[in-house]
Amino acid sequence: MRILVGLGTCGMAAGAGATYAALQARTGTLSGHCNVGKTGCVGMCFREPLVEVREDDGTRWQYGQMTPERVDRLLEEHVGKGQPIEEWLVWTSEGKGREKTFLDRQQRIVLRNCGLIDPERIEEYLEVGGYQALKRVLERKDPDGLINTIIESGLRGRGGAGFLTGMKWRFTRLASGKQRYVICNADEGDPGAFMDRSVLESDPHSVLEGMAIAGHAIGATQGYIYVRAEYPMAVERLNIAVAQAEAHGLLGHDVLGTGFEFHVELKEGAGAFVCGEETALIASIEGRRGMPRIRPPFPAVKGLWECPTNINNVETFANVPWIVLNGALAFNRLGTANSKGTKVFAMAGKIRRGGLVEVPMGISIRAIVNDVCGGIKEDRKFKAVQMGGPSGGCIPAELQDTVIDYESINKTGAIMGSGGLVVLDETTCMVDVARFFLDFTQRESCGKCTFCRVGTKRMLEILVRITEGQGREGDIEKLENLASLVRNNSLCGLGQTAPNPVLTTLKYFRGEYEAHISNRKCPAHQCQALLTYTVNEKCNGCQVCKRACAAKAITGEKGKPHVIDHSLCVRCDECYRACRFEAITRM
Amino acid sequence: MDAPRPYDFKNLQYRGEGGVLIPLLQKYQNEDGYISRERIAEIHRKTGVPLSQIFGVATFYAQFRRHPVGRNIIRVCHGTACHVANARAISRTLEDQLRIRDGETTPDREFTLETVACLGCCSLAPVVMINKDTHGNLKPTDLRKVLRPYREKRAAGP
Repeated sequence: MRILVGLGTCGMAAGAGATYAALQARTGTLSGHCNVGKTGCVGMCFREPLVEVREDDGTRWQYGQMTPERVDRLLEEHVGKGQPIEEWLVWTSEGKGREKTFLDRQQRIVLRNCGLIDPERIEEYLEVGGYQALKRVLERKDPDGLINTIIESGLRGRGGAGFLTGMKWRFTRLASGKQRYVICNADEGDPGAFMDRSVLESDPHSVLEGMAIAGHAIGATQGYIYVRAEYPMAVERLNIAVAQAEAHGLLGHDVLGTGFEFHVELKEGAGAFVCGEETALIASIEGRRGMPRIRPPFPAVKGLWECPTNINNVETFANVPWIVLNGALAFNRLGTANSKGTKVFAMAGKIRRGGLVEVPMGISIRAIVNDVCGGIKEDRKFKAVQMGGPSGGCIPAELQDTVIDYESINKTGAIMGSGGLVVLDETTCMVDVARFFLDFTQRESCGKCTFCRVGTKRMLEILVRITEGQGREGDIEKLENLASLVRNNSLCGLGQTAPNPVLTTLKYFRGEYEAHISNRKCPAHQCQALLTYTVNEKCNGCQVCKRACAAKAITGEKGKPHVIDHSLCVRCDECYRACRFEAITRM
Repeated sequence: MDAPRPYDFKNLQYRGEGGVLIPLLQKYQNEDGYISRERIAEIHRKTGVPLSQIFGVATFYAQFRRHPVGRNIIRVCHGTACHVANARAISRTLEDQLRIRDGETTPDREFTLETVACLGCCSLAPVVMINKDTHGNLKPTDLRKVLRPYREKRAAGP
């Protein structure tokens, strides 16, 4: 019997480290048939920390919210007496548990090993069929056939643009040049997306294997992983994985004794969103400022150090070994006409079950939000989903029957992006969401193209003005005009898509903009400058807010309900934050 | 075998590739906490990369700091999920408690407050990362308790 603790970054943030330590300290006193191990992330972030009890016959019992205090009872009842603790169970391999619907609708290809194996031990990856795909392609020695398989599978780039992966490989293979490179883009910069982090932390070898297969297909001997420095655990586990693969002869000068040479090196990013764009990423690896350049020539022809370079996303690479082992047809069977396979979504925001979800393409937004993720927190009203990060847009609740594939999402004005899905409820102000993303793209613009550098700044100024209650007639038209200018006059995806959040919110939530500008009201009660603060009946007269108010707008005796003088209130939010009894209402 | 593989700086240094610059800057920032003028001159001497390019790179990327930082670095996540979970209140409360603004360091060099785009723990929003520990599902009222162990370490330390 084994006890496994999910030790990804999200698990650690929820306190899994303490649970792991407590388990280790206690199991020393138990008999030898039980040991404590680590694993990656199952994707149930909303129930972290997760602890799994895995019996020798392979039965799995997943427990949620396992704080160190719960360790004793778990060891005593489940491990000691063999009685599972029903009320803590979230999922079992026998189809029980409170959150089983979360996993029922999922189909796991990319996340196949996440939460199943110890990411720091290559032996466990080998046990579940790891590196078998690499072995098979190296035995066949048929790179063109391999590329055809990938094309037939219909796998499209999971980084967002959705270009056919196999075609990319073919272009790189056909390009002339002695040295070729494979780059794994792990610079997951979209705020709201974390699937790449989770795959790298939970199953780094599947990415390495995918890269090595790509290396064989295009004839490269060197691979780079460009990984965000904000993901220290992913960096650490990748380093371990590379060293282990080298020691096992799965990477290096002579892979599996077949004469195939492939090395992988890590390059840590330095915190620039624009480096997710492939030419900017290449500039960054070369040690320059991460600024994109005009394409063509595409990296497939002239990439890193002027050599043909193939760049794919983490999730794309993780799909590759599965396709090689199971065949193009098995992958092609899943999904819609033009979008094949599955897609991993990072679910976050105002949702009951936030975490990682891998579903076949073609599922509707409604099914993901309601069936898989259990609907909106606190039974509030579902307002919109934000898809594709700063390059994407907001899809309103009315369009929740939109199926998820590249083309259908593009039609709504959003993009698939890397798969971050942030769910927004009625308490989210859409103008504020647009302002948030513009603030982000404005800061992250590399400054090369004037319209991206200056245009986003001007758009942000207008949005800030609107959210602060200073909106003017004609601001909406100005925004639309600037948006089309920025979109049409920028070199790379960052600028071309930067106006998307504004355009989609204008398209679906124009009324909210108008309410801000004409009525000086924020319908979602979020924009501070447009709020009215009042004291409600929960006030017990503790005088904390009175002391916190620098404008001296709050009056009232101790022990009696206080009153806010609206002519003096400057809406600094101090009273709201100071109150321990939720007695301040913001309307 | 299990130890993380360190960068082979000596090797990189003589390969004559431009790619050495960012790893070198990262190494010095890890050692010093920031990139000083002296370090930039040192990189120039060792690698021959023009000073203008080193300055250009060091100022382009968000990760590189040009000023010394505190012993504890607090990164407040302002990703989408954290933003809709009111990360602004977290930032403001921290600013109040530490009496510094975003990007500043306390006078005793204990804490530096930074805002980051996304830490990738969106389902635990709002999130704050202190040094290498991530704290999730925070409320502004929790922050005093979260900061306490980091303050205490100072009291117990040398």
